[in-house]
Amino acid sequence: MIGDRGLLGAGIGLTLAVTTGFFAVQDARGGDGDAQARSALTMIAPAAAGGGYDLAAREYQQAVRGDGIVGNVQVVNVPGAGGTIGLGQLVRFEGDATTLMVTGAAMVGGVEMGGGSARLTDVTPIARLADDYEVIAVPTDSPWATLDDFVADWQEDPTIPIGGGSAGSVDHLVSGQLAAAAGIDPADLHYTPHAGGGELTLSLLSEASGTVPVGVSGYNDFRDLIDGGRLRALAVVAPERLDGVDAPTVAEEGYAGVDLVNWRGVVAPPGISDAERAELLAITEEMFGTDSWGQAIERNRWDDSFTGPDEFADFIAGEEVRTRGLLTDLGIL
Amino acid sequence: MDQLTSLAGGFGDVLTPMNLLWVVVGAFLGTAVGVMPGLGSAMAVALLLPMTFTLDPLAALIMFSGIYFGGLFGDSTAGILMNTPGNSTAIATTFEGHAMARGGRAPQALATSAIGAFTGSILATVLVVFFAPTMADLATRFGPGEYFALALFAFVAISTVVSESPLRGVAALVFGLALALVGTDQSTGTARFTFDVPALFDGISIVVITVAVLAVGEVLHVAGRHGRSGGTELIPSRGRPWLSGREFRRALPAWLRGAGIGIPFGIIPAGGAEVPTFLSYTTEKQLDRRKEEPEFGTGAIEGVAGPEAAGNATAGSAMGALLALGLPTSATAALLLATFQQYGMQPGPLLFERNGEIVWALLAALFLAAIVLLVLNLPFAPLWAKLLMLPQSYLYAGITVFASLGVYATGASQTDLVLMCALGLLAFVMRRNDVPLAPVLIAVILGPLAEYSLRDAMSNSGNDPLTLVSSPITIGLYSLLALGVAWTVYRRLRPAVPATLAEAREQEDADATEGADSRS
Repeated sequence: MIGDRGLLGAGIGLTLAVTTGFFAVQDARGGDGDAQARSALTMIAPAAAGGGYDLAAREYQQAVRGDGIVGNVQVVNVPGAGGTIGLGQLVRFEGDATTLMVTGAAMVGGVEMGGGSARLTDVTPIARLADDYEVIAVPTDSPWATLDDFVADWQEDPTIPIGGGSAGSVDHLVSGQLAAAAGIDPADLHYTPHAGGGELTLSLLSEASGTVPVGVSGYNDFRDLIDGGRLRALAVVAPERLDGVDAPTVAEEGYAGVDLVNWRGVVAPPGISDAERAELLAITEEMFGTDSWGQAIERNRWDDSFTGPDEFADFIAGEEVRTRGLLTDLGIL
Repeated sequence: MDQLTSLAGGFGDVLTPMNLLWVVVGAFLGTAVGVMPGLGSAMAVALLLPMTFTLDPLAALIMFSGIYFGGLFGDSTAGILMNTPGNSTAIATTFEGHAMARGGRAPQALATSAIGAFTGSILATVLVVFFAPTMADLATRFGPGEYFALALFAFVAISTVVSESPLRGVAALVFGLALALVGTDQSTGTARFTFDVPALFDGISIVVITVAVLAVGEVLHVAGRHGRSGGTELIPSRGRPWLSGREFRRALPAWLRGAGIGIPFGIIPAGGAEVPTFLSYTTEKQLDRRKEEPEFGTGAIEGVAGPEAAGNATAGSAMGALLALGLPTSATAALLLATFQQYGMQPGPLLFERNGEIVWALLAALFLAAIVLLVLNLPFAPLWAKLLMLPQSYLYAGITVFASLGVYATGASQTDLVLMCALGLLAFVMRRNDVPLAPVLIAVILGPLAEYSLRDAMSNSGNDPLTLVSSPITIGLYSLLALGVAWTVYRRLRPAVPATLAEAREQEDADATEGADSRS
């Protein structure tokens, strides 16, 4: 009996320890405001664990930790509303030079679609890190062998549904760009959002009616199915052909206006000093030079697109305008 | 029998002291987070993901597979003991499980649940080993039309058994559908019922709703009855803490049926493991009605065995969909996908060729995890049941603390805590007025699936309603549904039987008794 009680007590103790452990991680951020970024850095991943932002944050964490660039790095997930909840939180950390947030193309769309009052131009840009390219793909047994084949049918019947990620995502915007380049009013686009890359590929492969015959998504989502011969890439939305994909670029096919990429970068809270900004940039530059980051780029099939704060700020401002225009054309705004 | 050779190789890789340790660690952690309301295996995997950078890929995946199954082993424990299920996958188990606990059979209910989870896991994993590619092909037969038919079928099948009063049941269903509508519309990006609160843009998490409606609502209900005679006291278990041979023989077919219902659901992305657990509960309840002495409502062992096996079977075959298609059909599977990608592996048609060794080792680890979890959980059953000897006030205060911790840990959002309290209060009011709570959760789970699949089917086919009945799967499901409804209507309208449902039931009971008498 006493043994039982003891075990039970141990069980309760363990459960308590596990929960408090979770809290320690969740609340790792904040506290010692005077700490230097070199000793303790917090990375906000403005999405749930397992997503694209989370992956970038954890690869960053791994690179700076493994090479001893920063003493202690924590990743904190702040999911919600296309990343804009994380953005809102970052704005509230005004002056905190020990926090970085991963950002990207989807956040620009999320902000435009009304996610909170914070904007990407409210925070301090540090660097653009890497890009993901979009691929337009069809099942291997599709009658469309080239992008032109598809566009010809599409112009006849603009109700052909195109599948991709969530409404307002880069996949959606690229579909809108393609429609415009093909002379179809983007407002007439029949775009079907999917909860994730897996759902989209299943919808493409499925023989059931009511599924999509063509999809737009990041190369990573399609890679293995293209290699495995179940999907055919019609074109890649990239400045140059991609290694290992036997498909032309959209520009080669004559649709030069289709050029959005799924970029990722890091930003810091507003109101930090120039010296603090320079320190965060230095950390990021050192991180960029590590082997583990190089491997991360290769492993995730990213394209390295490193640019410093000033150029990055201009880029973000330009993307905001472009995204707003596209969302308006698509009838979302 | 290539698979057996490969699997043997997998066991060879896993059966090292270090890897076995990871299985046990994963199983233990998974059970722990499963027991706590609000925390689930997805949460545990997410938090451990960064720590596994230093591990080799196999060790990380082995540990995660332990957590994956462990969460489903643990989630019914609190539900059975205190009527506060830790996760939405344990809701269906809770109905009869808690009834058993109230009848002083808590250890038996816990043991039935553990063996059910084990049976479901093992059977599903066996199927994955031999038929992963075939299972992947099955998934490609499904489109939005099929998902809609499935959602409709589940709605009708489940609603007919969980609600006694049709009007109150429908009210609860509508309330659940309203909750499910909150958030950004997936198809158009339009915000619905978000009141410009950014925290509501992604909708209200199913974790928050489950914990609020079931756990917090239960705590308030118990507190509201404190000091009155109403039978809310928890009854410490009595008698032998093990399953008798008779109980085992009754649970066995339910375990197998549950696994059979659960396995197909893991392959298709149709609402996770909750739907099959409810369908299994429905099946067992229908079978029970035909018995001479229906036991549902008073703690029928089948009502625990079936849903629990179904939940784990779904998780097991979801692993097949993940490996063969790269399709994550649950939150935890999505994280396992991320883990694979972190190590440069991409689940999908080529995974077995490219990373065969690690895949077979992972499958072997799943078998081991199920066995370790059974060994871990069976002896714990009587021990957990001892929790009921604690004073109620401490027990329910503890539940409240853990529920709040779990909800906050999931999204680090204060809005979630406010929502949890508000919904908990609402659930309390509903219980006081005899409005059933299960339809709320069924609506929250099935509502979005039905809505989006119908809209996708319509928009992808140029609004052609015939898309909905264009395949053998849809036609089959609708025929089954029509037959079921026709049978129910026929039974209620049979001239010999009085018109109202209550009287009809009494009549049936009387028939049953007569039958029993004439035989004796």
